[in-house]
Formats: sequence, C-alpha cells, structure tokens
Amino acid sequence: MTDNTLILSVIIHLFTAIVLLALWRKTVAQRIISVVGSVVAMVIAIRLFTAVWDNGILTMQAAGWDAPFGITFVADVFSSTMVLLTSFSGIAVSIYSATGVARGRMLYGYFPILHLLLMGLNGAFLTGDIFNLYVWFEVIIIASFVLMTLGGRRAQIEGSVKYMAMNVLASTFFLTGIGILYGITGTLNMADLSLKIAALENRKLVDIVSIFFIVGFGIKSAVFPLYFWLPSSYHTPPSAVAAIFGGLLTKVGIYALFRVFTLIFIPDEFLRTLLVVLAIFTILTGSFGAVIKNNIRRVFSYLIVCHIGFMVGGLGMYSEIAITGALFYLIHDMMVKTNIFLIAGLIRKLRGTMNMDKLGGLYAEYPLLSLVVALVLFSLVGIPPLSGFWPKIYLFEAGFMDAQYPLLVAIIIGSFVTLYVIAKLWAKVFWKNQPTLPAEENYTDEFKPMSAFRKSLLVVPIVFLMAIALYIGLAAENVALVAKHIARDMKDMTPYIEAVLGTNVSP
Amino acid sequence: MKSTILKTASIYLLPILLLFSIFILLRGHYFPGGGFVGGLIAAIAFVLHSFTHGTEATLKLLRIHPSALIPVGLALAAISMFAPMLNGQPVMTGLWFDQPVPVIGLIGSALFFDIGVYVVVIGVVLTILFTIAQYSG
Repeated sequence: MTDNTLILSVIIHLFTAIVLLALWRKTVAQRIISVVGSVVAMVIAIRLFTAVWDNGILTMQAAGWDAPFGITFVADVFSSTMVLLTSFSGIAVSIYSATGVARGRMLYGYFPILHLLLMGLNGAFLTGDIFNLYVWFEVIIIASFVLMTLGGRRAQIEGSVKYMAMNVLASTFFLTGIGILYGITGTLNMADLSLKIAALENRKLVDIVSIFFIVGFGIKSAVFPLYFWLPSSYHTPPSAVAAIFGGLLTKVGIYALFRVFTLIFIPDEFLRTLLVVLAIFTILTGSFGAVIKNNIRRVFSYLIVCHIGFMVGGLGMYSEIAITGALFYLIHDMMVKTNIFLIAGLIRKLRGTMNMDKLGGLYAEYPLLSLVVALVLFSLVGIPPLSGFWPKIYLFEAGFMDAQYPLLVAIIIGSFVTLYVIAKLWAKVFWKNQPTLPAEENYTDEFKPMSAFRKSLLVVPIVFLMAIALYIGLAAENVALVAKHIARDMKDMTPYIEAVLGTNVSP
Repeated sequence: MKSTILKTASIYLLPILLLFSIFILLRGHYFPGGGFVGGLIAAIAFVLHSFTHGTEATLKLLRIHPSALIPVGLALAAISMFAPMLNGQPVMTGLWFDQPVPVIGLIGSALFFDIGVYVVVIGVVLTILFTIAQYSG
C-alpha cells in the first residue's frame, strides 16, 4: 500500500534540527524545541506503527520514480518497530540532555546534531534501497563523530579517532560490497536484489559478496573480532550521547544485518556456521571484558558487545523461533542499554566518578532511585519476569532444536557473567559504604542542590525507559506477538517484495 | 594583503563572481553546475574580498553572520523537497510552474532546492574560513 506520509518520521527530525540551527546559542529555547520535536516524533512513530500493524507494509516511491529505478521507502513491521523504539530513546535522551549535557556543548550545536542523528537512524530503518541505506549510515556516522568530539577533551579525541577509523573502514567494506552487488545484478533496490540474487547461479560469488556485508555491519555493530573500538570509545562522550550510541547505533548495524541476511542473502550452511561462530566469540570476549573493568561505563560497553552476540547468534541459527528470540532481545536491548548509560550519567552527577572502587552507599542515600535502577539492571540480566528473560527462552528453545550446543553454552556463560557483573556493580556502587577518598578527590554532589524541576529532568527519562522495559517484561506476550510477526515476515519476504515492486512475484 | 592591484580588482570581481555564481546555479538543471558549485563560487567572491580588506570588512559587507545562512538554506531546500507532500505526491517530486519565466525558463521545485543548497554552501564555507581566519589572526 502506498502511503506518502511514512517519511514524516524522517522529516520531523530534519525540521527540528533546522529550527534548532536557527536558534543557535539560545540554549533554553533549544532544550524546549528539542523535547517538543521528540514528542511529535514519538506520536508520528506510534501512528506509523499502528498503521503498519493494521494495514500491512506501506511504501513510498521517492519523487514518484517507481521501484526498482527510484528510491523506495518501506515501512514493514520490523522498520516501524525500530522507528518506534528510536523515538522512545530519542525522547528520553532529549529530556535528559536538558540538564545532563553541559551548556558549553549546547552552544556548539549539540541539539541540532542529536536530531540529525535521529533523522539518520529513522532514514536507515525506513529505506528500501541498499545504496540509500549506505547514505543514511554516512549521515549517522558524521553526526556521531560530531557528538563524540564535541567538547574536545583529550580522552574524547582519543576515543573518537578509534571510533572514526573503524567506522570509516566499515563503510568502505559496505560500499565495496554494494559496488560488487550492483556489478553482478544491476540493481540497488533491496526487493529487486532479493529476486535477482536468488536467481544467480554462481553461489560462491554470492557468498563472497555477503562477506563484505558481514564485515561492514559486523564492525558497526561490534561483532568479534573487530569490536575493540566500542569499549575504548563509548566511555568518553557525555552520558546522554553514550546512551544514544549504546542504545541505537550498534543496533542499526544489527538491523542492517537482519535486513540484508533475510532479504538479499539467504544464509546457506557456510554463512550460518560463520554467524554462529562469530556470535560465540562475541559473547565470550564481551563478557570476559566486562568482568575485568572497573569503570561503570566501560563495563556497560563490554556488555553491549556481549549482548550483540545473542542477536547475531539468533540470526545464525536462522530458524523462525531463533529469529523471534533475537528480535525480542533487540527490542529489549534498545530500551535497556539506552537506560543504563543514562543511569551511569546520573551516578556521575551524584558522585563525580564512575570508578566502582570509589563509589558506594548510593542505596542508603537514594533508596527510591536505587530501586528504579535495580529494576533496570534486573531487566538487563533477565531475572524472570523482566524483559531480558523472555528472549533467552526463545533462544534456548531454538538452540536445543537445532542442536547448537556451543552457542547455547556461550549464551549461558554470557548470561551468568552479566549476572555476576551486575551483581558486583550493585554491591560495589549501591550497597557498599562510601569509601573515604583522599582530600583532592572530594566531590560535592551536583544532584542534591538542583531544583526539583531539574532533578526530574534527569530522573523522568530513566523512569520512562524503565516503564517501557517493565512493559516488555510483564506484557511479554504482546512483544512476542510483534517479534513473531517480524520473524514470520523474514522467513517469507514475498509480501515485502510484492509491496515494493507492486507486482505479483509468487511462483 | 597589501597589493593595490588586487585590492582594486577584488571590488570589481565581487559582483562579477556573484553574477557568475548565479549563472552557474541556474545552468545546473540540465548542464554541469548547480547549487553546490555556484555556492562555492559565491563563497570565493567573499573570501577574495576578505583577503584584501580583512575579515571584519567582509562581515560588515555581509551584514549577517554567514552561519545564519545555514538554517535558511536548509529550510528552503527542505521545504522544496516536502512541498509535493501537501499535494499528495511523494517527497522530492518535481513541481513545475505552467508558464516559463523570461530569461530563466521553466521554474520547478528543483530550482528552489538548488537555491537552498547554494545558500547552505555559502554559509558553511564562509563560517569555516572566517572562524579559522579570526582564530589565527
């Protein structure tokens, strides 16, 4: 079904960014406009999701050029779910930034760039053209470079050099892959590619091209062995930025992996094994990295890597139930990962440090806040019935059905290490007494003297995302319905292809 | 720069270069050219002026800071992109006036997009160069 308004999720952020640019250096107005823009974006995203859920796949042919010649924008359940989750994260970060980001950064265009980043994310989720996907990736990484270096502290520049080098490399791989793909099929439209690739007889060539995409998206989503840039750069920018990065940027890579490897390249035995092996190593390296780190944000960064492995593993098993589990995990992960970085930022406001050894006694001082944090951390670990628990059941079920025991062991190790790390973090940061620090490291609580309104700007986003995570956990049957729907779509892409190309392709 | 020849020439070159940039902008729909190149040429006109007369004098000539041009250009380009949506057509569809305008020819929404790009490029290039000039000087 054609629906020209599906592009509104992209437009709203572009217009918000333009208004914010016009209000250069007027930080109070910028904060208000940013929150308003994010709220409107959320309303649009909810409408898009319900429209897709009720009416099926929506398409828009940009400039009226029909597929496969023009650029098609497609909203199926997968894309619209991602847009919806992005809007939730966006609104939380937008509110949190109002007090969580230093005024100096706002003076140099923090808010416009944030909205351009969100625009890029929505564009990447909605496009149905592989080269256009590359362009949106560029929009995302250029915006993220600015967000990462804004402020210009030494550690930030160091982190962003690694981040930029690896991401540019990833884009090069991605672009090379697109070039070869275009060379062998003569089309860039993903639905059209799906048909043409399936008809190709030289399967080895297809496998080789798909490796380019695995490497490109793998770097972007921090899959073993090229994951190391993530833990060494995500702890440097302000927490609000790290929340967007941790919650959304690596997940764009996962989204692209799922999209490309269910639509264009249907994984054969070789690719499945490759994905499963990569997933096992990703889980193991991520979880072992998290054990030895002492900085809260570094721990969380390694946990991102670890949990990326769960999703890649789900894709590697490639049964419908495994993909359901991986998608459920993706939905849960986007909400919780955004939140834990916001929490890390809040802890920094309270104590001025993120080193676990120098923290302590937060539970005694802020019992209510600590309970909220506990719920989020438990969701991350997956204590039943919270959100991290349900997807693992699907993954286990799929693993036993396919007899993927090494991956199962890795997932179990990953889950236990996550539990151990979070328990250690909880004990050290919240339960342990505040250690006495040397006088030069004394820090006055920035949070306490704030007005109630400013405090709520920091706490409300955390509670908001926690509520969504609780919903994912307690109303898991609804989320499972969405995940199953997407997984079913992925196993049979004919409706997607027919919606894009507007023709009947079923044999 | 203290060369009198350059100083005198730059005053005459400024309007000529601006006119040339507009010519390149309008030419761009069917031939090489367009908003990006046109914007660069227009920016060069102002950069040349700032070489000879100093950045302050050029900023005075511009009246507004070039960074203010960025949102204006972006808004123009964005609106011309999304105007077809009000018509029920997909974004970026070309809308055309019925009657050709003398000298220029048929005008469509693509021209407004190009003008937006032109303004953004002038704003970005001048903001970058003037910031560096004021920082180092």
